Amino acid sequence: MPKRSDISSILVIGSGPIIIGQACEFDYSGTQALKALREEGYRTILVNSNPATIMTDPELADRTYLEPLTPDYVARIIERERPDAILPTLGGQTGLNLAFELAREGILDKFGVEMIGATREVIQRAEDREEFKQCIRSIGLEVPRSGVAHDLEHARAIRDELGLPCVIRPAFTLGGSGGGIAYNNEEFDAIVRRGLELSMVQEVLVEESVIGWKEFELEVMRDRKDNVVIICSIENFDPMGVHTGDSITVAPAMTLTDKEYQRMRDAALKIIRAIGVETGGSNIQFATDPLSDRMVVIEMNPRVSRSSALASKATGFPIAKIAAKLAVGYTLDEIENDITRETPACFEPTIDYCIVKIPQFAFEKFPEADDTLTTQMKSVGEVMAMGRTFKEAFQKALRSLERGMDGFGIGRSDLWFSDQRPAREQIVAKLVTPHRDRIDYIRYAMLDGMSEAEIHELTGIDPWFLRNLSEILELESLLRDHEGLSTVDDDLLREAKRYGYSDRQLAFLWDMDEMEVREKRLARGVRPVFKLVDTCGGEFESYTPYFYSTYEEENEAERTDRPKIMILGSGPNRIGQGVEFDCCCVHATYGLREAGFETIMVNSNPETVSTDYDTADKLYFEPLTLEDVLNICDLERPDGVIVQLGGQTPLRLAKGLEAAGVKIIGTSPESIDIAEDRDRFKKIIDRIGIRQPPNEVARTEEEAFAAARRIGFPVLVRPSYVLGGRAMRIVYQEEDLARYMGEAVDVSPEHPVLIDKFLEHAIEVDIDAIADSHRCVIGGVMEQLEEAGIHSGDSSSVIPPHSLSDKIVSDLGELTRRLAKELDVRGLMNVQFAVKDAEIYIIEVNPRASRTVPFVSKAIGVPLAKLGAQVMAGRSLDELGFTREIVPEHMAVKAPVFPFSKFPGSDIILGPEMRSTGEAFGIDDDLGVAFAKSYEATGNRLPLEGTVFVSVKDADKREIIPVARELVALGFELVATGGTSKVLNRNGIANRRIKKIVEGRPNVADHLKNGEIVLVINTPSGVGPRTDEAKIRGVAVQQGITCVTTLAAAQAIVAGIGSKKRVGARVKSIQEYTIKFSGESTTVG
Amino acid sequence: MRRDPSRLWRARLILEDGSVFRGTSFGAEGESGGEVVFNTAMSGYQEVLTDPSYTGQIVCMTAPLVGNYGVTGEDMERDRPSVAGFLVREASTMASNYRAREDLRGWLSRFGVIALEGMDTRAITRRVRDKGAMRGFVTTEPLEDDVLQRRLRDVEELVGRDLVSPVSRTSEEEWTEPVASTWLPDYPKKTTDARMRVVAFDFGAKDSILRCLRSLGCDVIVVPSGATAEEVLAHAPDGVFLSNGPGDPRPLEGPTAVVRELLGCVPMFGICLGHQIMAQAVGAEIVKLKFGHHGSNHPVKDLTTGKVEITAQNHGFAVTRESLEECSVRVTHLNLNDGTVEGMELPDRQAFSVQYHPEASPGPHDALYLFERFRDLMVEARAS
Repeated sequence: MPKRSDISSILVIGSGPIIIGQACEFDYSGTQALKALREEGYRTILVNSNPATIMTDPELADRTYLEPLTPDYVARIIERERPDAILPTLGGQTGLNLAFELAREGILDKFGVEMIGATREVIQRAEDREEFKQCIRSIGLEVPRSGVAHDLEHARAIRDELGLPCVIRPAFTLGGSGGGIAYNNEEFDAIVRRGLELSMVQEVLVEESVIGWKEFELEVMRDRKDNVVIICSIENFDPMGVHTGDSITVAPAMTLTDKEYQRMRDAALKIIRAIGVETGGSNIQFATDPLSDRMVVIEMNPRVSRSSALASKATGFPIAKIAAKLAVGYTLDEIENDITRETPACFEPTIDYCIVKIPQFAFEKFPEADDTLTTQMKSVGEVMAMGRTFKEAFQKALRSLERGMDGFGIGRSDLWFSDQRPAREQIVAKLVTPHRDRIDYIRYAMLDGMSEAEIHELTGIDPWFLRNLSEILELESLLRDHEGLSTVDDDLLREAKRYGYSDRQLAFLWDMDEMEVREKRLARGVRPVFKLVDTCGGEFESYTPYFYSTYEEENEAERTDRPKIMILGSGPNRIGQGVEFDCCCVHATYGLREAGFETIMVNSNPETVSTDYDTADKLYFEPLTLEDVLNICDLERPDGVIVQLGGQTPLRLAKGLEAAGVKIIGTSPESIDIAEDRDRFKKIIDRIGIRQPPNEVARTEEEAFAAARRIGFPVLVRPSYVLGGRAMRIVYQEEDLARYMGEAVDVSPEHPVLIDKFLEHAIEVDIDAIADSHRCVIGGVMEQLEEAGIHSGDSSSVIPPHSLSDKIVSDLGELTRRLAKELDVRGLMNVQFAVKDAEIYIIEVNPRASRTVPFVSKAIGVPLAKLGAQVMAGRSLDELGFTREIVPEHMAVKAPVFPFSKFPGSDIILGPEMRSTGEAFGIDDDLGVAFAKSYEATGNRLPLEGTVFVSVKDADKREIIPVARELVALGFELVATGGTSKVLNRNGIANRRIKKIVEGRPNVADHLKNGEIVLVINTPSGVGPRTDEAKIRGVAVQQGITCVTTLAAAQAIVAGIGSKKRVGARVKSIQEYTIKFSGESTTVG
Repeated sequence: MRRDPSRLWRARLILEDGSVFRGTSFGAEGESGGEVVFNTAMSGYQEVLTDPSYTGQIVCMTAPLVGNYGVTGEDMERDRPSVAGFLVREASTMASNYRAREDLRGWLSRFGVIALEGMDTRAITRRVRDKGAMRGFVTTEPLEDDVLQRRLRDVEELVGRDLVSPVSRTSEEEWTEPVASTWLPDYPKKTTDARMRVVAFDFGAKDSILRCLRSLGCDVIVVPSGATAEEVLAHAPDGVFLSNGPGDPRPLEGPTAVVRELLGCVPMFGICLGHQIMAQAVGAEIVKLKFGHHGSNHPVKDLTTGKVEITAQNHGFAVTRESLEECSVRVTHLNLNDGTVEGMELPDRQAFSVQYHPEASPGPHDALYLFERFRDLMVEARAS
């Protein structure tokens, strides 16, 4: 069937800000889809509020709306653009839910918009637990026994029938939000309550526990002619009970016989047909009893999912692109397989390697949160590794995580060969409960002599996986038999590499330098080869330059003689280093390709656009370690390597690469080092004459106390070389400092602690700029909404600055330019300033791409990272036509998104340690409207009427008055507890006093739970999760009640509410805001 | 080490293009020669190993990790493995599956199969892909290259040999085992009370085919490849089935003549080698493919419905499209990868055949409907 000609314009819904359970994999899918739809000549309209995405680049769609993903805004967009169709299956759960809402509210019907890919009925059937189960049963398949409840009472009745443990799953939530496993009645009640609260339709499924069963996923595609193919099978290393997003997963399925696999395949075909997904991809999860032939269907996502992103990268089959083409009417046999070019997309990829995905967690950011892995997803990112064996891929994945592990054991974090060897009881305890480090304890258990059978008994992990781990350890013991590398014969050394051992592990084992191991290894001819990912197991000649390394005989990657530049990606997503850097890397490939270079991408994160095979000219899916990158450099001999676009990950490699003779282009590693080195940096700023908050370096605890006393409290303390403000604290007194020192030194033992004077009530300003050897152009000046002291990644920020004087802004620009010159910056740089009482202080300089580059680029309409890469490659800003700062006429606001609802028990107050997972955009000609949009885009509700709870610390009491007054003027009622209520009364602001939690019932928590309060303004006076106010904030978060914790945020939200009430949901595409930047034009601005 | 250190890297494979690969033996000790082919299925090694169609072939699995779930009686396609050798990247040292009765290593040793692991199976695959299926020689002894060259020269070519006779049954047998409903709960879709009698030629038949026929409600009489038309017709069959089997169909003049005789007398269905023999019987031309089709992911288009089915395949020869058209045979199925003929129909003679494997095992079940079509053909024939 040819493509549909009865539709000509299509609205694509993105997935919004990065949150747990929904990360940049949907940027990958949306980008692919937009490209595919445009290729087919459709007019595309995109809505997505996440500026740090490739899909929102103005070139990718005809109309790009960086507007909130809520029904009211999207309805306006539909009204304006009148698309013929809406494609909801590529924007994750957010896209699907939003489209469902639009359909339910009749908006799609009203404007005659057809849902393609999945209809409302399909979504309903797949997402509604009860309908889904009925549908599955009706086609003769089994589901876990269960019941649906809308209240606790009913849930209990179901539980009594099923018995404990049982699984609770709320309907219509993302990443299993609010779900869990209950082992006792108390737990059961708690999880059901939470689930009911979080479910969009107040519905939970109470389900028979299949914990410990084997878990599988199939990625299925179907077209209009009812052709169905399986793209990939995935087996979970962690058995049922751990959310698949939090599981280590392996592709293809490892332990299914063909009979079992084909039965599962048949079931998947029946399911996709019965649910009625007409075109596109779906992900179906199964559980099988390890001891019998029972197989149950767990769930289905009628859309492109995180697993489909993984499956795409795992197989090379571009699921999202194909899904988009199927949605507009093509059939699988009409679409060519890009990789082989000769064979059609209507086939099932075969894999001749093993894929291992390991999730990345951020529990260190949420110390109060429970780190047990359950059915609710908690990971913030993932790595994927490819090898020819599970052992190789597994060890490569572990070293890709950048968690201080260089593989499976043998390293600094290995407790077994240290004085902290865990005891048997401790090991057993760690095996029984799934958690991030369970894999380490499997190793300890094996080293402690536990059998694979015993470990299987305790963990439920399939014996085949355990055998492979144990074989890795067997090889370790063979290596340990040697005193040094010199006595190891070539075959054993090669075998170690084939088992995925890294040079660093070998170096650690024999107390050598990593580079020495490398040299000796190369001298013996033990070097990796690169194999192609081709969807067909080598059966057909393939053209996609997508490679991974392994230690075998034949190498398939060939160096071309074109000038080439390698870009190092940013590795797994984590808090502080996410999709923003991937965006920069992707833009760099675009820029360098335009400049005539061959581009080579290295990355280990399957959720990204950078790891799409058509982003760079060549893709190496490899760990971002010195060893792995040097291996690629050995083959490719790039003319330059870019390390400044991928965040800390590639930066950490800069020195080692340079020492090995690799040419780093852009700002020199030396300059990067100067910026990081306190003493050397001080000399530079002294020369320029910028003030710096008084600061000192302490290497011991005594030094720290002495320094803090000299500087004067409060001080900001942090270890050197940190990411996202890791372990950074504001310390007000000596006791706190004493407590902190223990932790901080733990965090980074090699590096000293930095102590800065903390500037209270200062305005923080971030500047992104770009420099070549002649000039430095300001990209954007961002005024942080929150005061200095709150991590800039967690603060809303505004372009252009809304409260700073022109003089200050121009001074900041000038200082930035001088810093660029002093540091000899080539490419991007980021400077953070604090402005206090019209005095400028410098906080830090990062001569590299910062997290804010995509935000600034979207705000000013210039792709900074693309230009940055071109500058690094030797082009001048004059040549590129970017010579003047662009100060936009409109206001652009970036707002952070937090994962607090996934970590019950953690307090939501902000500090110097970054905890947000993503960001949302708000753009408008009016600042208040931009605020409102950015706020709504984060997924928070912007209440327009109702009751507001106000409770602020004493220091804020004076300044809350105008905020409170404005709220009343906007028609809100106020409630407050004692102190704040008194202040409001004194100022003649009407309010009602309610009880604190400690004052008895009904108290503020009751009012929150009863839905009587729409907004909480609570600035914290004390710290700690057990305080009264922390409980209030916790309740608000779990209830989904909008909660702001700083005065600045309160002011902004009130301004936002005012504006929203005034203008409603106003929308405008970014193409209408900015003039498209042309690299060839003479001047811009 | 669970892998015997004394066997490490001692085994050798030599290919006709002169390339030599080192590996580690994980099956029987000894040596063997045959045509090297690769199979791209990701599961089903046991079915592959016991499929008689691989007689005379050394099978290289592109899936790198093999043996993970062991072996089990239920998944046998014949009572013993047929391959001349087996090449994998890594063989599991254990069997993880509730159905496993034995691990692959022990099983291969027991049946005397030379099996090598540690191989760069992708490099081997690419050589076969680029240069075509070629002879190979495997040994578990670290022989010198010149010795390997000499042994390779002694390996017989597959083309022009009758490999069927040695694997076919020597006497008639009634087949009574149905498919296991655990794995195929929906097969067959429609049932009929009428019992059909099918005579199935055993050219090296996979048991799964016979099970599929049985489950249709057929009395299945399996006859040796050398059975005559009179012997077949003596059973008064409602249909004749031509099975899969190893090697080159062109030397199989006897069976071809018998099929020619039977065509038109009784409804007929052929699979794989059976399809080729049927084509040969009506005068079509058979050619050797460069490296054949061996795997579970081949897209085949049904030209009647336009739908695509994902199929299991295992053949090194094919019927040419032009020759079929000259014989006025209707081509019903085409391979979407390379356009080769995958199915044909002789409507006036109530016969049809496919090049691929509707019984799967291993592979997807998309084409099971063909067995039902065969039954419908027999029912129709009986009615008229």
